[in-house]
Amino acid sequence: MTDRRIRVLVAKPGLDGHDRGAKVVVRALRDAGIEVIYTGLRQTPEMVAEAALQEDVDVVGLSILSGAHMALVPRVLELLKANGQEQVRVFIGGIIPDEDVPRLRELGVTGIYGPGAPTDDIIKDIRAAVGG
Amino acid sequence: MNASLSSKILSGDRLALTRLLTQVENDTPEAREALDVLYPHTGRAHLIGITGAPGTGKSSLVNQMALLYRSADPPRKVAIVAVDPSSPFTGGAVLGDRVRMRDLSGDPGVFVRSMASRGSLGGLARSTAAVARVFDAAGFDVVLIETVGAGQTEVDIARLAHTTIVVEAPGLGDDIQAIKAGILEIADIIVVNKADRPGVENTERALRIMLDLAHPVAKVFLHHGQATAPSLPPNAEPVGGEGGSPSPLWIPLLQRTVAIDGTGVPKLVGAIDRHADFLHETGDWARVDRARVEAELETLLREMLVTRFREGLSGERYQDTLDQIANRKLSPWEAAQNLLNGRKR
Repeated sequence: MTDRRIRVLVAKPGLDGHDRGAKVVVRALRDAGIEVIYTGLRQTPEMVAEAALQEDVDVVGLSILSGAHMALVPRVLELLKANGQEQVRVFIGGIIPDEDVPRLRELGVTGIYGPGAPTDDIIKDIRAAVGG
Repeated sequence: MNASLSSKILSGDRLALTRLLTQVENDTPEAREALDVLYPHTGRAHLIGITGAPGTGKSSLVNQMALLYRSADPPRKVAIVAVDPSSPFTGGAVLGDRVRMRDLSGDPGVFVRSMASRGSLGGLARSTAAVARVFDAAGFDVVLIETVGAGQTEVDIARLAHTTIVVEAPGLGDDIQAIKAGILEIADIIVVNKADRPGVENTERALRIMLDLAHPVAKVFLHHGQATAPSLPPNAEPVGGEGGSPSPLWIPLLQRTVAIDGTGVPKLVGAIDRHADFLHETGDWARVDRARVEAELETLLREMLVTRFREGLSGERYQDTLDQIANRKLSPWEAAQNLLNGRKR
């Protein structure tokens, strides 16, 4: 009777217009039977957290190629927590240098993907993270 | 626990609200309980439907309308329900209406919720009405319901909304498209969006001719092609009834807009308010509401009766009957009669 579907918010925070990667992921998630809410470009962390709340998503995916991830990601995590949404899993894709990965993991990021990451891996990890 | 969920929603808790919306979408028992508790608090919001073909600018228009409602004096609280299609193959969906609504971010008086249609074909999801009801109970004054990009027959929105807006744009079809039955018929207000584009005069002319040709009709929905007049409350005057004077009928308005910069949107919002006044003055608001709850009751009764009947029917008996129909021993009609009468054969 119940019809539960995984809901994922895909956002591009910060000043970065390169959205091809985000769109590839959006499309792949759709084809995996996931409901994807796409917010578009140039989102502030506040906008991302607000959309995550209104849409009650299981996962937030952030696409960042601007190099500002160490500023943007912690802020998004903080705001999600402040809104009572600490259960939301955060995934990042884009250009993330290896040396930043441990710190991001420590902050609570569930998945980190660089160029060429197979979308199947992302889907598998999302399913594992939300138990869907 | 659910009593507290609903009381949190009544006191404006956004986390509780968003959680309940998910439950409602997933049609859980918790959601049904909460909806029962919230129901007496509904019936106040103005439900406004926005429909039209893909790419006519529905989301951008909704964005501008919401901005206007927020800057009104006093500002009105706005909920937006934006429906996009689910894939018929995977069930996945891309819900992209928020892309056009970034201006609304950061305003606690606005709540935007995207919904996937999840297999429904009428332009809305099965649970859209219930989601709108939750927003109504949560104290939103206006609920803007944006349908999937609609073609000609996705008219469910007119059953749900008090005011239905059909959005057109230049270059979508000639005057024959304009006189076909279906989506244009349900419009209380027709918007010609993208009015800065060439061809807007032709589009507006075709639509105006269509409106001039029209004989305004009372909007009583047909059930499977048959008119079932909604049962009227004892004190209500029937529309166009023999005895009393007929209620005036609403003539659809036409409004040009440019959603990208807001041109024409203040006039559109004015027209929507006039339509709401009209509904209240003529008693149509109550009449439409009654017709809506009656349709809902009918649907529920049908679903529940079928469920109850099937529970008392053995799977074997059902399969056996199916076999007989497939082997052309019984017609589907005979078979249904036999099952209902408890007859074997």
